[in-house]
Amino acid sequence: MSMVLFARRNGQEILRDGVNLAFGLGFPLGLLCMLLAIGAGAPVEVFTVGSLTPGMMVFGFSFLALFSGQLIARDRASAFLTRLYTTPMAPKDFVLGYCLPLVPMALGQCLVVLAGALAWGLTFSGRALLLIPVSLPAAVFYIALGLLCGSLLSDRSVGGICGALVTNATALLSGAWFDLELVGRGFARAARLLPFARAVDAGRALLAGEAFWPDLLWVIGWAAVTLGLAVAVYSRKMEA
Amino acid sequence: MNAIETRGLRKVYGPVTALENLNLTVAPGERYALLGVNGAGKTTAIRILTGLTAPTAGEARILGVSVTDPAVKRLVALSPQETAVAPRLTVEENLTLLAGLSGAKGPQARARTEALLRELELGQVAKRRAGLLSGGWQRRLSVAMALVTEPQVLFLDEPTLGLDVLARRELWQVIRKLPGTVILTTHYLEEAQALAGRIGILAGGRLRAQGTPAELMALAGTDSFEEAFITLAGGTALPGQEETSMSPKDSPARS
Repeated sequence: MSMVLFARRNGQEILRDGVNLAFGLGFPLGLLCMLLAIGAGAPVEVFTVGSLTPGMMVFGFSFLALFSGQLIARDRASAFLTRLYTTPMAPKDFVLGYCLPLVPMALGQCLVVLAGALAWGLTFSGRALLLIPVSLPAAVFYIALGLLCGSLLSDRSVGGICGALVTNATALLSGAWFDLELVGRGFARAARLLPFARAVDAGRALLAGEAFWPDLLWVIGWAAVTLGLAVAVYSRKMEA
Repeated sequence: MNAIETRGLRKVYGPVTALENLNLTVAPGERYALLGVNGAGKTTAIRILTGLTAPTAGEARILGVSVTDPAVKRLVALSPQETAVAPRLTVEENLTLLAGLSGAKGPQARARTEALLRELELGQVAKRRAGLLSGGWQRRLSVAMALVTEPQVLFLDEPTLGLDVLARRELWQVIRKLPGTVILTTHYLEEAQALAGRIGILAGGRLRAQGTPAELMALAGTDSFEEAFITLAGGTALPGQEETSMSPKDSPARS
């Protein structure tokens, strides 16, 4: 009960910020349309709708880290969390309450990007729909990253780390709109140690009818480790 | 049974001793103020008594329940010195949320919210987002959010910090009407005098003296409360007052 109430409150806090909606939903869709328009004039494989759609989904998720991180950091700074720690809420209520409202938000991002992609010529198929669940482990990774940063950093630092560093890392290391091999084989190999490119590659493989499990399992591993670390750090900070 | 009882309470953060040998007894229904300058140990004491921080040594009980027992969270509520509201929720939503988180079911939570909106005269801003309210209204909401959980012991940590004189006086009126046991911390002398029956003076993490304002002035040998505070908090420790408090029954004012 407490978790549901807290999750609802956190969802309201995020959704009532127009900037969050603009960045979370509008920016990935706008970028997708812009890149597809460029691709229409310069026919390059990476600018096709089948290649860009998984990339834009993952890029959109990067804002989830900013949303969750800033909310937690602000709740800490304003002592709202201190107030809640004097209520009978359990640690799991806090962790789930912060994470769960972002899952439907991630689904909303997926649907908006997918709708845009279908309008730009992506074939409606079971694979196109399956792209949503295949992309969600990446969303969990970003949500956990936000929880971790929000537990450790100030509101301003979260803005810098999650708002700039994570979104730029996603843009540069995911290969969402350029081929990582063009930068160099070593760069591409290093980038694929991280979850960003793997998440995009899993989606692309799915749409191409190729094996997506190896990349997906890599992302699930990153999501699980990051979530475990975030929960441990949050719980430790809560008890401090 | 006392509302609050502490014995030899101590809290150490690394090399810093924030609280040393705090022995405190507060009766049910009493208004008690912990008065001290910044860094005196007031907030540390509140954090321990609300179960937010474990003491390094000693023990503390709220209505007989140890502060290390999670059950104590059903007895206390805190209005922190920061405003501590959910900024994009309305005043009404903030109150209903806290009522619900404290265990009240839907209709009960709404009934408590409506009652507090009336009692604390928050009705005119009920539908406004908390983050858009003035500092005075936010403080009033903060107190209401603590009250809506129906605590047995209410802690107000620096409740009027940062407010202008008018907003402070308005909030005093609200605090005077609060039910039950109320513990407040403040570094405003006049606030402690106006709102509390007994005052404990904390300095350097130690409770230097406690009693009514008249008793504290008598103890310090002055007819000015400010002089009494300076003497008791910052001056030479009085005989027998280095570690513990002066209980009202021992004080010169009653002897």
